[in-house]
Amino acid sequence: MKSIIAEQLVKTYDKGKIRALDGLNLDVEEGTVLGVLGPNGAGKTTVVRILSTLLRPDSGAATVAGIDVIKNPEKVREVIGLSGQYAAVDEILTGYDNLVMFGELYHLGKKNAIIRANELLERFSLTDAGKRPIKTYSGGMRRRLDLAASLIVKPKVLFLDEPTTGLDPRGRQEMWGVIQELVKGGVTLLLTTQYLEEADQLADEIAVIDTGKVIARGTSDTLKKQVGGERLEVVVEAAHVAKTLEIVEAISGIKPSFDEGLRQISAPVSTGSQALFEVLKAFDSAGIHALDVGLKRPSLDDVFLSLTGHAAEIKEESK
Amino acid sequence: MSVLSDTAVITQRQLRLLTRVPEVLIFSTIQPVMFVLLFRYVFGGSINTGQPGGYVQLLMPGIFVQTVAFTLAGTASGLAEDMKKGLIDRFRSLPISQSALVVGRTLGDSLLNIVVLLVMGIAGYVVGWRPSSGAGNVALGFLFLLFFGYALSWVGALVGLSASDARVVQNVSFIVTFPLTFLSNAFAPTTGMPRALQYFAEWNPVSTMVAACRQLFGLQNQFGATAGSFPSEHPLTTSFFYIIVIMVIFIPLSLRKYRNSAN
Ligand SMILES: Nc1ncnc2c1ncn2[C@@H]1O[C@H](COP(=O)(O)OP(=O)(O)OP(=O)(O)O)[C@@H](O)[C@H]1O
Ligand SMILES: [Mg+2]
Repeated sequence: MKSIIAEQLVKTYDKGKIRALDGLNLDVEEGTVLGVLGPNGAGKTTVVRILSTLLRPDSGAATVAGIDVIKNPEKVREVIGLSGQYAAVDEILTGYDNLVMFGELYHLGKKNAIIRANELLERFSLTDAGKRPIKTYSGGMRRRLDLAASLIVKPKVLFLDEPTTGLDPRGRQEMWGVIQELVKGGVTLLLTTQYLEEADQLADEIAVIDTGKVIARGTSDTLKKQVGGERLEVVVEAAHVAKTLEIVEAISGIKPSFDEGLRQISAPVSTGSQALFEVLKAFDSAGIHALDVGLKRPSLDDVFLSLTGHAAEIKEESK
Repeated sequence: MSVLSDTAVITQRQLRLLTRVPEVLIFSTIQPVMFVLLFRYVFGGSINTGQPGGYVQLLMPGIFVQTVAFTLAGTASGLAEDMKKGLIDRFRSLPISQSALVVGRTLGDSLLNIVVLLVMGIAGYVVGWRPSSGAGNVALGFLFLLFFGYALSWVGALVGLSASDARVVQNVSFIVTFPLTFLSNAFAPTTGMPRALQYFAEWNPVSTMVAACRQLFGLQNQFGATAGSFPSEHPLTTSFFYIIVIMVIFIPLSLRKYRNSAN
């Protein structure tokens, strides 16, 4: 069953001049993680806001857990959790106060709201910090508290908009751990990110979006294959370059590229380890001693570059 | 009724904010108390009222009304702050009544007014304010003031939800409340104003509120060119009418603005 379906979503700003979403289609199978990957301004936040009922699309349709987002936003709000791009918690109140307040707003009742707040603080390693106002929190703590607030009532569908943007590597690792735990619990997750590695780590499937449209869709493996499978890369002594170019071309069927500085010869291959075996055999009979031989799988960066024609711009983290 | 309990949670939040940042409460009471002292001792000496008990009797209702009028700015900046921080997004994604956040905020601001009015009443008493109309009428006057503050809080809600920037909120609140409080009978009789202004001042809701409070506190109202006009003859009725009109206009407008705030 699909937990999230978005069809032909269009959202424009400035009287149609900015097309934040331009006919976007998405669906997420129940209990899986979809990573929505895209550069700044691609429309990630806009999709999340529409699916979490904060924004109405100009046209198109969407359901979350089978409920129509546009017709029944109140019902959708009962089954979703949202942690937006910027932590949405009351800065002046303590972490504990925030969680109790949101618990009460979920109609848990004061007593249960308190129990739940303490559970969540414990789970997110915020028990001590819980007594302090949020404004004294680090970026990572704030992010975790915001995530905790979206988990007060176990949501069926969770939206996380750039959950690790602005975190240092350790904070990012921690957050990934937390998210992986959640996913084990069976929640359906839509996660946006501009970090290719993050989508690779956390998502079952990835939708690459650019200028308001999904431009590619699949597992990280299929996306990588789509870019041309693996590349054979060999490094040899300068004397053997000419002969090696011939050998590699024979195996790949495509004229290899040659990086003079690295003395590296590379070409796409479709036969995987078979190609590796062949090249070694050919080197052996030609008496070439290779300094390095390997198969390289394309990174998601390569995917992005080849799909959009421009590299993913990664926001400079300025702190 | 979840609307009521949701609203109560939001109101509680606001009261809790006061305990976390006590400065807010301190400054919102110090400022009016300063006004009491300033007008009583600096200007009071040169204003001849012809009232028994002196200027302070006329002044206190004026300052009460001015203070509750500033609720407008409080609500406006509070909501603008929540909007800016994205906190509103979280509230809007919760399965709660969509009006709870704004209703809770306006109620919280009114509760704050109770404290402020109490402190000001005591300060007034210390500097010689002695309403002569009995406890019942005085209490009624305070209730009326709270009610007026509540209505203006909804004007503030619309300002806060509409503005793009906290500084804009401050300026708009200032532009709305200052002329209203000073082009009125709050601090000096309107009899000295140019004739056209006298009419404005007489119909100004702040004036009718001040006149209504003076009446409830047992004072004689004084009128110039506009003597005999409806608002000067019936300040209570007129004020009541204003309060209802403000609420009928601004409550739906603010709630609608809130609902559409993300689009
Ligand atoms: N309120 C708004 N008014 C005008 N334009 C907007 C508004 N919100 C978003 N946009 C525009 O819509 C486009 C998509 O924005 P969106 O916030 O969805 O991008 P994003 O993928 O989340 O980017 P980022 O990685 O920077 O968060 C951008 O061009 C943005 O400038
Ligand atoms: Mg975004």
